[in-house]
Amino acid sequence: MTDENWKPKIIAIICNWCSYAGADLAGGARIQYPPDIRAIRVMCTGRVDPLFIMKAFQDGADGMLISGCHFGDCHYLEGNYKCAKRMFLVKNLLKNIGLDDNRLRMTFVSASEGAKWGMVMEDVVKTVTELGPSPIKKYER
Amino acid sequence: MTETKEESRIGVFICHCGTNIAGSLSIQEVMDYAKTLDGVVVADEYQYMCSTPGQSKIIDAIKEHNLNGIVVAACSPRLHEPTFRTATQEGGLNKFRFEMANIRDQNSWVHMHDWEGATEKAKDQVLIAVAKARMLEDLQPKSVPVEHSALVLGGGVGGMQAALDLASAGIKTYLIEKAPTVGGRMSQLDKTFPTLDCSQCILTPKMVDVGRHPNIELRTYTEVENVEGYIGNFTITLRKKARGVLDPTEALERGIIGGGCNGCGDCAEVCPVIKPNPFEFGMAPRKAIYIYHPQVMPLQYTVDFDACVKCGLCVEACGEEKRAIDLDMVDTFEKVRVGTCILAIGYDFIPIEQKTEWGYKRFDNVITGLEFERLICASGPTGGKLIRPSDGQIPKKVGFVLCAGSRDNTGGVAKAYCSRFCCMYSLKHAHQIMEKIPGAVPYLFYMDIRSFGKMYEEFYYRIQNEGAKFIRGRVANILEDPTTKNLIVHTEDTLLGRPVAMEMDMVVLAAAIQPKPEAERIRQMFGVSKSQDGWLLEAHPKLNPCGTTTAGIYLAGVCQGPKDIPDTVAQAEGAASAASIPIHTGEVQLEPYFAQCMDEICAGCGMCVPQCPYGALALIDKEGRTVMEVTEAKCKGCGTCGGFCPGGAIKMQHFTSPQICAQIDAFLLKGGEY
Repeated sequence: MTDENWKPKIIAIICNWCSYAGADLAGGARIQYPPDIRAIRVMCTGRVDPLFIMKAFQDGADGMLISGCHFGDCHYLEGNYKCAKRMFLVKNLLKNIGLDDNRLRMTFVSASEGAKWGMVMEDVVKTVTELGPSPIKKYER
Repeated sequence: MTETKEESRIGVFICHCGTNIAGSLSIQEVMDYAKTLDGVVVADEYQYMCSTPGQSKIIDAIKEHNLNGIVVAACSPRLHEPTFRTATQEGGLNKFRFEMANIRDQNSWVHMHDWEGATEKAKDQVLIAVAKARMLEDLQPKSVPVEHSALVLGGGVGGMQAALDLASAGIKTYLIEKAPTVGGRMSQLDKTFPTLDCSQCILTPKMVDVGRHPNIELRTYTEVENVEGYIGNFTITLRKKARGVLDPTEALERGIIGGGCNGCGDCAEVCPVIKPNPFEFGMAPRKAIYIYHPQVMPLQYTVDFDACVKCGLCVEACGEEKRAIDLDMVDTFEKVRVGTCILAIGYDFIPIEQKTEWGYKRFDNVITGLEFERLICASGPTGGKLIRPSDGQIPKKVGFVLCAGSRDNTGGVAKAYCSRFCCMYSLKHAHQIMEKIPGAVPYLFYMDIRSFGKMYEEFYYRIQNEGAKFIRGRVANILEDPTTKNLIVHTEDTLLGRPVAMEMDMVVLAAAIQPKPEAERIRQMFGVSKSQDGWLLEAHPKLNPCGTTTAGIYLAGVCQGPKDIPDTVAQAEGAASAASIPIHTGEVQLEPYFAQCMDEICAGCGMCVPQCPYGALALIDKEGRTVMEVTEAKCKGCGTCGGFCPGGAIKMQHFTSPQICAQIDAFLLKGGEY
């Protein structure tokens, strides 16, 4: 469906305390994964405004990952719950505008789960690669 | 906020980190790319940006090029953000005009064999960082005062040491212990390796010291119920469990002059309820009113209300003068305010009976190392006489199974890690057998002997020379001879290369250790992460082994990972030092990542108010309009309100919506303006 050189463009928004630390740990442990994801650090996944996700898809992102602490482990008590609740809404919204909601993923990776971070990276890249380029055409600016 | 946007003058600095980064991607390409980015006026590279010359490059460039934003592409901000922020500040800029691109931990190290991919990613990471740097604003960190007191949770040897150090440094310290006495695991031990000091002899002085120290508020039989606040200002709710017995102070409060428990033991003598004693692993009896062991601190009896039948005989025996016993006592609560906290909550053993191949709890003569400690201890249930549980005979051949559940990847209750002190205590046990029982021979079944500490290897040779037998091989199973109750240990002697079956009179399992079940609840209350095995997670294993990612919470002892007594005490002293720094400084600086309400946009809908987990938001009347107001002292900067506000009226400083959108746009539109 696309040329073989196509690489997915994926943005991850990850929390400082669990997933960012987990991603750092994956580095320390030299766990190898595909380099197709660009991470943006926030203090808590609670910070993730649905607007950021819609903006990224509007800009032509092929996939998005939101990753935070496990439930019960949030550095700010419950930001991850609030984020997870919003994700249901955003996924619905994506479906309604004709985007496969598998392009958006929320995961929970703790500061000690370097190996899991590697697996999440593999998996997200694989899923989005299989879905192909985003059907949303980038508007001329 | 309608400020005129200043022209961006960004400096980008790329670190080689030796070959850590330079070996996996093209520094030159990234630098050349950085120079093409909007707003970038200078790009440079250096072997080690975190070194003094590296930092000087930043400081000099700020002055030379009149920079207003700094990007360093190097390791993780979790490691070196403070370093480069300081350099930014030294160059004369506000330290929040700094942004980092993590091209090591999240790039070169994880894409080591993909030069092209890693280089491409590094360029994007720099692009994203520059996009944010262009939007950064001056921020002022907020100072908060620090309460001149600390809390230590756990009264084992680590907790006691930490409390003593804090208290001796002039800090009022609450030492919280859930058992009726301090002392912890160490009080169950007979001797300590490699010096063979009597455990109680070196522990009791510390126990007495924590009881007497004027700066230590000792709270035994007490648990933490709730934790609120942040570094400098924790409010901790304690649950003082109903002990059923008053100490002299409590008695005085009730108007009983000269009353309260003096530890005479008259009550326990008349108590009709007899239960197994958990301190002795059920090998000795205990009354419903009890002390753990003769050296308890405080010396005060405790009623086990699960066992007590409330017959009142003890009340009578205690007498009218002391009136120390109150069988209707209920739990009470107390709130304490502290600046910092140390967690020293210790460890548990794995349920070794679930490793059924070794027959623990099926065969009488298979015991654990800690049970051995009680059996060989002069104050233990047998008065220090080592006997077989099955028939009271003196064992002559004793097998020791090392790594019983440690260094074992088979799953179930087994643990992949080394429990670290079992080699040494098994050597010590071997010595004690040879010392106490003439002609007795210890057999140590081991995979490796790990005698890693000071004077430990020498101790190992000493035990070898004394005649202990070492058989290298993991014990496959243990069977019992039903008539003699002797045990047949099956293993492969991997040095001889053949299976062996050896008959032992008794077997001691060096059981693996694991985190306490309550560790989960405690770490969640204090906001501490756990490692994969469930141990409490330090902020950095090498750079910050006593701290956690929650400011003001520190770790000591085995709750952070297996360690022996010297290591526990050393870490406790480290944790006490770390915990005393903010207290002695008197104030801490919090990063100014507070939410701000942009009044002109706020519609006053109030939907953000319940989003805040800290109750920091409220609706107020301001110039005739209803708007939201943030109480900065309560706000911790998570941004949950900012992620929710339907009108976009909440500004999360340093993580503003325009900044995050600029980062997204930068990558996807390759430098498009937001």
